[in-house]
Amino acid sequence: MTGHSRRVAVGLVAVGLALSGLPALGLPAFYESFLFLVFFWVSLATSWSFLSGYAGYFSFGHGAFFGAGVYTTATLTAGFAVPFLASLPAAGAVSALLAVGIGAVVFRVRRLRGELFGLLTLAITFVLATIVLNTKIDGGPGVYLSAVPLPRLVASPTGTMYLLGLGLALLSVTTAYAVTRSRLGLGLFAIHDDEDVAEVKGVPTFRYKLAAFALSAAVAGVAGGIYALYVSYVTVGETFAITVPLYVVLMSILGGARHWLGPAVGAAIITASLYAFTGGNTAVLGRAVVALALILVILLLPDGVVVAVLARGGAWRRRGASAPTMHDVAPIATAHTFRAPRVAASVDGGPVPAPTAAREGAPAVAVLVCEDVWRAFGGIQALRGVGLSLGRGEIVGLVGPNGSGKTTLINVISGHYAADRGRIALDGAPLTGRPAHAIARLGVARTYQIPRPFGHLNALDNVALAATFGTVPCTLAQARADARTWLDFTGLGRRAVALPGELNLHERKFLELARALAARPRVILLDEVLSGLNSAEMGSAISLIQEIRGRGTTILFVEHVMRAVLELSDRVVVLNEGEVIAAGRPGEVMRDPRVVEVYLGKTHAA
Amino acid sequence: MPSLTLLGQSMVSGLLAGGLYALLALGLSLSWGLLRLVNLGHFALAFLGAYLTYQLGTVGGLAPWTAVLLILPLFFALGVGLHAVFAWFRVREFTSLLVTFGVTVIIESLIQWYWTADFRRYETPYASLSFRVGPLYVPALELLACLTAAALALGTWAWLRFTYVGKALRASAEDPAIAAAFGVNHRAQAFLLSGVAAAYAAVAGGYIALIATLAPSQMWAWLGVVFAVVIIGGLANPIGALFAGLLIGVSESVTMAVVAPAWAPLVSFSILIGLLILRPGRA
Repeated sequence: MTGHSRRVAVGLVAVGLALSGLPALGLPAFYESFLFLVFFWVSLATSWSFLSGYAGYFSFGHGAFFGAGVYTTATLTAGFAVPFLASLPAAGAVSALLAVGIGAVVFRVRRLRGELFGLLTLAITFVLATIVLNTKIDGGPGVYLSAVPLPRLVASPTGTMYLLGLGLALLSVTTAYAVTRSRLGLGLFAIHDDEDVAEVKGVPTFRYKLAAFALSAAVAGVAGGIYALYVSYVTVGETFAITVPLYVVLMSILGGARHWLGPAVGAAIITASLYAFTGGNTAVLGRAVVALALILVILLLPDGVVVAVLARGGAWRRRGASAPTMHDVAPIATAHTFRAPRVAASVDGGPVPAPTAAREGAPAVAVLVCEDVWRAFGGIQALRGVGLSLGRGEIVGLVGPNGSGKTTLINVISGHYAADRGRIALDGAPLTGRPAHAIARLGVARTYQIPRPFGHLNALDNVALAATFGTVPCTLAQARADARTWLDFTGLGRRAVALPGELNLHERKFLELARALAARPRVILLDEVLSGLNSAEMGSAISLIQEIRGRGTTILFVEHVMRAVLELSDRVVVLNEGEVIAAGRPGEVMRDPRVVEVYLGKTHAA
Repeated sequence: MPSLTLLGQSMVSGLLAGGLYALLALGLSLSWGLLRLVNLGHFALAFLGAYLTYQLGTVGGLAPWTAVLLILPLFFALGVGLHAVFAWFRVREFTSLLVTFGVTVIIESLIQWYWTADFRRYETPYASLSFRVGPLYVPALELLACLTAAALALGTWAWLRFTYVGKALRASAEDPAIAAAFGVNHRAQAFLLSGVAAAYAAVAGGYIALIATLAPSQMWAWLGVVFAVVIIGGLANPIGALFAGLLIGVSESVTMAVVAPAWAPLVSFSILIGLLILRPGRA
């Protein structure tokens, strides 16, 4: 447990204990009722952020899960005389099942745009409302719960509801904290920034989204169950009104949907300000004032109140202390002292000779094998029966004109696209048909030609994500420690806390490398890591690649820079219009007339 | 099974009701598709237009057509003003939803403050006007609303397709940077479009005043169905919005006649859900 999480745990327990003592003070029931509403909205808004805040899938269907909980408890307690407290887990379970059912269908849709997910979930709310209204679940007149016996946690009924609300609010905020500090949370944040890359880096995106959706719905369902007894008379019109989905979105955004405490703060602010205006002639205009305040906050503090306050506090503290020091965080490695972590070979940075067999055409031990791989996009045949095999510790250069299918091949091997036909295997295990995250776990890592870091994660967490979801699953703490080594290895040790937006192209390219390495892959696919670098940067990149191979990692690299291809490759494979037209030693292949023709035109080949 | 006459009658009412859906969807579809702004405030503007038409008619004694024509410039200006806020703060898709939710609540509160929360009915001689086609009964006002929706949808389609401004708007929606590099002044056109969308809300509002019973909270009732129409029709596709409106109108109305009125929402939203899952790239 880190110092921060210990402080948070102590804080939550202290707040919980202090608030749970309130009923004993014998205050008027009004306070308990008001605070119950605050807790209720804290639970709903916080639970909404599990999927929508962290992973960025905005749901407008929170009313559906809330409503499912309301009617589960209403049906069980009023219809089947189930004790109220026993109905609450059922309410959570029904809502979670509903979310899993919806998610299992919806999350399979590729390229589901965010706002479509939002409207889809809103539509599901209306469908559910219609079903409840027209079946025996409600049937129209509403359900009375006034006869349902209330458990007596304390003497007064409002006190009991208050404690139930407090419990759920604490539970959801604690869950939020735990999730944001876990692998699940890191995976969800990565999904928010770039879902395709997250999947390729080993995050099981489908399962994570389902898990977050189910967790989110379960809390909403329990909140619904408690609310049902609080109002003691439930109707379809009230339950499935637009209020719940809109309020939870507003509260979360206001407080900060990506922060564990943000939605809770937003919920408290909005509930309190709405309450301040209920009753009297000011009610109508009060709503307008609240709405106006909301607009201003959203426009001026787009990341939410909590994040804005923390940033302000951080800036103030930094001004108080002396210059920010990073070197106490991690030892700095300069670009010239690359040292591969836990690797004995190649300490001097000299190229390690490849196994001799690899130099002679076909590799001795094939690590990665592609056989007859086909892939088409609409009418364009991007790959036509590509065959390729990489030996252990080999560096193979993949060259070819623009549009020859190099990047498509990388996308197919890493599982981003499925092959239409053909077989790809890693150490004999078939990769074809597996999802990208499973391929990453088996030991295939890639970089992107145009770096695609997770924009809201700092450099350290970008690398830690790849480490924790890599071939050697480990805890987040271990992954972060590993990530530091990899950042040092690539010369980014000083930039650990920088966001990708603050890095220059050269640094982002090396961040791509660090992410690929952190997964401890057996095969690395490098997509034009050198393009756009100046010659000094290129020199350090080339020796870095040689170091990587020195660790026994197999490398397939796509490159246009011929100097690097000739210097690095044990073998070269030439692609043209989706077909392998030549393969062999660099010098020989480059003299091959077919290759010269492809690159320079026919007359030169003659 | 209901009689053929009843079925035919429900299809006619559905078509006509669908015209009003399409009329409301039109402005929403334009700003969402071409400006990437989801404007919840469109419903509030439509209701403001409805109340103003009602006020000018009952107190000022103006014919509804005159009233709508009178408030059109005002609404155009409101649309431009709203867009000025969006442009100033560089509001994005989701933020626009939240901001316009706030706008909707403000307008709803103002309406409720001035006109109270009571239901109001704008009684005009046109309300009872109707004619018969064979065994079927066609209400004149609803027909006019439907024809207006068709005319506006066609006109907007032609505007987007054949004029420079329309093409420039579509180009900017596709890729603002490239469009700007070709000399498209996206900002000016965005203001124009936002104004036009708000003016459409005024027209829709005029018909809402004539056809429906007014209450401030009623603006939320249209939200789900009209969004379904916008998505089924395809963003920034006026003809699509028209046909989607008619489709939803007819399917609701037939469900009411054949099954039961309360099941109607299930049909429109099931169509929407099915479409989103089967063809996610559409909108």
